[in-house]
Amino acid sequence: MADAGMLRFHVPEPEVRPGGTPDFSNVTIASAGSVPRPDIDVDPRTIRDMAFSIIRVLNRDGEAVGPWAGLLSHEELLEGLRHMMTLRTFDARMQMAQRQGKTSFYMQHLGEEAVSCAFRKALAPGDMNFPTYRQAGLLIADGYPMVTMMNQIYSNEADPLKGRQLPIMYSSKEHGFFSISGNLATQYIQAVGWAMASAISNDSKIAAAWIGDGSTAESDFHSALVFASTYKAPVVLNVVNNQWAISTFQGIARGGSGTFAARGLGFGIPSLRVDGNDYLAVHAVAKWAAERARKNLGPTLVEYVTYRAGAHSSSDDPSAYRPKTESDAWPLGDPIVRLKNHLIGLGVWSDERHAQAEAEILDTVIAAQKEAESHGTLHAGGKPSTRDMFEGLYAEMPPHLRRQRQQAGV
Amino acid sequence: MPRRTMIEAIRDAMDVSMGRDEKVVVFGEDVGFFGGVFRCTQGLQAKYGKSRCFDAPINESGIVGSAIGMAAYGLKPCVEIQFADYMYPAYDQLTQEAARLRYRSNGDFTCPIVVRMPTGGGIFGGQTHSQSPEALFTHVSGLKTVVPSNPHDAKGLLIAAIEDPDPVIFLEPKRLYNGPFDGHHDRPVTPWSKHELGEVADGHYTVPLGKAAIRRAGSAVTVLAYGTMVYVAQAAAEETGIDAEIIDLRTLLPLDLDTIVASVKKTGRCVVVHEATLTSGFGAELSALVQENCFYHLEAPVARVAGWDTPYPHAQEWDYFPGPARVGRALIETMEA
Repeated sequence: MADAGMLRFHVPEPEVRPGGTPDFSNVTIASAGSVPRPDIDVDPRTIRDMAFSIIRVLNRDGEAVGPWAGLLSHEELLEGLRHMMTLRTFDARMQMAQRQGKTSFYMQHLGEEAVSCAFRKALAPGDMNFPTYRQAGLLIADGYPMVTMMNQIYSNEADPLKGRQLPIMYSSKEHGFFSISGNLATQYIQAVGWAMASAISNDSKIAAAWIGDGSTAESDFHSALVFASTYKAPVVLNVVNNQWAISTFQGIARGGSGTFAARGLGFGIPSLRVDGNDYLAVHAVAKWAAERARKNLGPTLVEYVTYRAGAHSSSDDPSAYRPKTESDAWPLGDPIVRLKNHLIGLGVWSDERHAQAEAEILDTVIAAQKEAESHGTLHAGGKPSTRDMFEGLYAEMPPHLRRQRQQAGV
Repeated sequence: MPRRTMIEAIRDAMDVSMGRDEKVVVFGEDVGFFGGVFRCTQGLQAKYGKSRCFDAPINESGIVGSAIGMAAYGLKPCVEIQFADYMYPAYDQLTQEAARLRYRSNGDFTCPIVVRMPTGGGIFGGQTHSQSPEALFTHVSGLKTVVPSNPHDAKGLLIAAIEDPDPVIFLEPKRLYNGPFDGHHDRPVTPWSKHELGEVADGHYTVPLGKAAIRRAGSAVTVLAYGTMVYVAQAAAEETGIDAEIIDLRTLLPLDLDTIVASVKKTGRCVVVHEATLTSGFGAELSALVQENCFYHLEAPVARVAGWDTPYPHAQEWDYFPGPARVGRALIETMEA
């Protein structure tokens, strides 16, 4: 009772800081195949525990086990592996291009490739993603040309966005990829609005909202859950928990709720957690959630548990805030290695074929890079015109902008 | 021709638009079953169904954010923010999202939304039901900002706004909803049924965005006003006997600079009037534009009459409101300068 009247301020801290030994022993991980797969019309109240478990398909031996396994053919799995390898190689080349001064900024997906690559394959043509800056796998897995992505990254004369956007803030309506804002969480409620519009129009298309663990703290996340819950919007609400929001560990945004998936429970939204480094699990859960949306059963919240193995962006150095070896200690492994081992176990892949595929992919990416660079890079060669800066703000340029464009001499 | 209040005209504009285009949807706080706290959406849910007109949670960023998603899908949402004072949670969605979507995606996605909100004071609404935030919108690249001053324009401008391919902020001076209030708060207000601008044609018509209207022709001084201040300025002109030319801007952005410049070049004098606070208000932009474009025709400094730079007070509402006496004084001083 001595200090009964003295309040203490609480600030969460990660388990380990630089210099310490990485320790994920506090991360409870269900064994592969152990989480049941409910029917899509399940009463959300009966599956609340799924918000605290982790759905996994690939076990330690690389076998696909349990009720969430068996959805993808060997061909589809091989294609998925190729998408993830392509994204990783693309990232490596573009990260290097940024270091060479060919663009101002870059954000890579290292360790998180399965999330966006596998999710894309659970959608149908016409569905719309509202992504953050770390879901380029949605484009790669949908066959969006790498040259076009690079043109955008370089802000060159062939940039489809005319040099107006930061690198990697892609936009492709055709490929179901909403324009990235760079302004965190705003897209989450927009995705719900898009889904509401599809339902209002008695359409069959669904939306997918994307957000990171850190940005779930934004009020737009709450707005999205309210609207999705109220109107039973046909939307999949994705939370990519990669453990780190720049230098801030996920506990600062998560607070006392245990998991990010648990945020959905108060809204009556079925909320699942999935192993984000398991291509098969991500795809199976995404398929389940997408089917619910399409069958008028409303939104699903999915937390992908993964790890940002690289820096937040080209402007970040994670060694300042987390142990350098933390990534190696991450208990869910690497998504490419895990799918590769699974395919080898199935007898449809080998180390030799993997090495050969790596070389082929590198050649393809380098060829795309050469083509993109023939259209210019940020500081050299062809670039969007000054006139492009004034155009396209309104459907019809208003008089004051016309006067300013004349003043600028274009 | 039928006479309508501004509320009825605004409702009619949405009714006509919803009837012509099934992509038009209307939602906001209390706008569905009840028809809005100012009754602007009354009857629309009964007529068009709950998919086209519905109640929203009390969440302005959610209302605007979801409207942006709907517009990206291909609908044309016309949403209501219950009071302009409540729009701040949606400001991020309006300025960084709606305003820039066309630009940042190079036309891949567009945002044809209308965000209606009652604006201005004069109803003893205190600091959270009286604000005039128009300058916060005109400062944003990519938005259009409209302020109607009468039922005829309100209907035509709102239909034009709904049909516009870009986001439009539609500020409704709530003190004008039932009549042309001229700032004499101690006198009864003429109802719109007795005013010629209360004449609102049935069916579809538009008043183009970006075109001002000359409400009172004059030769001595140009008054630039919009919304409620149009009638305050008219009262001030009548009461001072000064032959003022009163321009109702109707749209603040795009601005009808040609009409402004032609008038000031003719009169040689200019008074800018708005209810919003003075500092960095839209009057500062107007006054700078007049100076840049009409300097050699000016006989006097451009004067500004605006709300004082304080929050909108409750008990002192009429000390705050720039009424006909203050506008009249500015007219006299500008004529004597």
